[in-house]
Amino acid sequence: MNGIHDMGGMQGMGPIVREQNEPTFHAGWEGRVYALSRVLRTRGGLWNLDAFRHAIETIAPADYLRMTYYERWFAWMLRTVVAAGDASQAEIDAGIPTPGSPRKAPLITADAVPSMVALRSSARRDAPVAPRFKAGDQVRARNMHPTGHTRLPRYVRGKSGRVVVDRGVFLFPDTNAHLKGEKPQHLYSVRFAARELWGEQASARDTVHLDMWDDYLERA
Amino acid sequence: MSHSEDPVGRRDFLKTAAAGAAAFAAETHQDDRDHPQDHDHDHQAVPSDLTLRVKALESLLVEKGLVDRTALDLIVDAFETKIGPRNGARVVARAWVDPAYKKRLLSNPAAAIAELGFTSHQGEDMVVLENGPKVHNLVVCTLCSCYPWPMLGLPPVWYKSAPYRSRAVIDPRGVLKEFGVEVDGDAEVRVWDSTAEIRYLVLPERPAGSEHLSEEALAALVTRDSMIGTAKVALAARGGAG
Repeated sequence: MNGIHDMGGMQGMGPIVREQNEPTFHAGWEGRVYALSRVLRTRGGLWNLDAFRHAIETIAPADYLRMTYYERWFAWMLRTVVAAGDASQAEIDAGIPTPGSPRKAPLITADAVPSMVALRSSARRDAPVAPRFKAGDQVRARNMHPTGHTRLPRYVRGKSGRVVVDRGVFLFPDTNAHLKGEKPQHLYSVRFAARELWGEQASARDTVHLDMWDDYLERA
Repeated sequence: MSHSEDPVGRRDFLKTAAAGAAAFAAETHQDDRDHPQDHDHDHQAVPSDLTLRVKALESLLVEKGLVDRTALDLIVDAFETKIGPRNGARVVARAWVDPAYKKRLLSNPAAAIAELGFTSHQGEDMVVLENGPKVHNLVVCTLCSCYPWPMLGLPPVWYKSAPYRSRAVIDPRGVLKEFGVEVDGDAEVRVWDSTAEIRYLVLPERPAGSEHLSEEALAALVTRDSMIGTAKVALAARGGAG
């Protein structure tokens, strides 16, 4: 979707504010939100990383810009537990389980945490899918504007570049985010000249590289 | 987007999101620890609404049995004390002192990173980008906050912020200048937008005059920002994670 999250190339967002000796979390609740979301995201079937990202993207633009990063996650989480049937809105409002409600098994126990934080789950798939392009091919990013989730930023649509390397087969976020299957396909690193994207104001030497799935590309 | 395609239920999500935003607007400071002088203010005298709301949700899920509180403690602790830019710095320092290791790191990051004791899965989809006089690599995620966290920990706020995400692709030299990095006009600035699940770690240039330093001393010079591409490594750097 052409949402506020798709920020590449926007102007007027102000200076980049850096913080010296920045802590991992700025308040206790941020760490709890991070940890809770990691735990809740382990639940298969209902959710995956792409669906999570898309949920964040559907926050109304004004709210998205006003909220801090972990506030967006917390907003997602409140929806998640209700959508998954883990808690009712009434229970969230009350802060306590409805009397007599069944007790559930923990999604993650303490002994499983070390491997959980060490192993980043991979989106790479071992599917026998033929590549449509190869290194050196001239390609164009398709001019498309899907209303659901996509990882094809607006600033690159319709622009021409060159395939640098085929990174292998990965699940496709545009379908996976909507729980419509993984549709595994080849992912390529594609190099775009900065001037192709931004015109004469960009340096003739500079480039931007994006990772792009087969479905995002056509032959130039 | 039709509602049938949407796993969240957009209307309800927005309702919740708006409530979250309103709650945040009532707060003036995120980090009470950094602003102890503000504790005199009435609105700071009680825990923030977000603190209460998060605590309430956590308690509810713990009481329901779905969430183990000790597991949450361990996850927070892992990211506050174990998973951070010191991991990446060790990889960089090894590459600086061992040319054969550097070669392996660039050609097969997963195996090379595993050599230092990091779990091999961490590096499976990692790509290491070498900075030098002719090419300066800069990493961004314009769409969200993708970041090589096994090597660098969780990203700083500026990396996730609208100003950095919007400008890094259209004005990388301006962004770099803001970070105090001048890239020669003859050199290429190569921006990497992390649009997929490939994660990018920059191998910064070893500073001139560092030949006498041990691998450990070199690792102490390597900053988080130098591994994102928004800084160069300086000999006089204080070190640390920033």
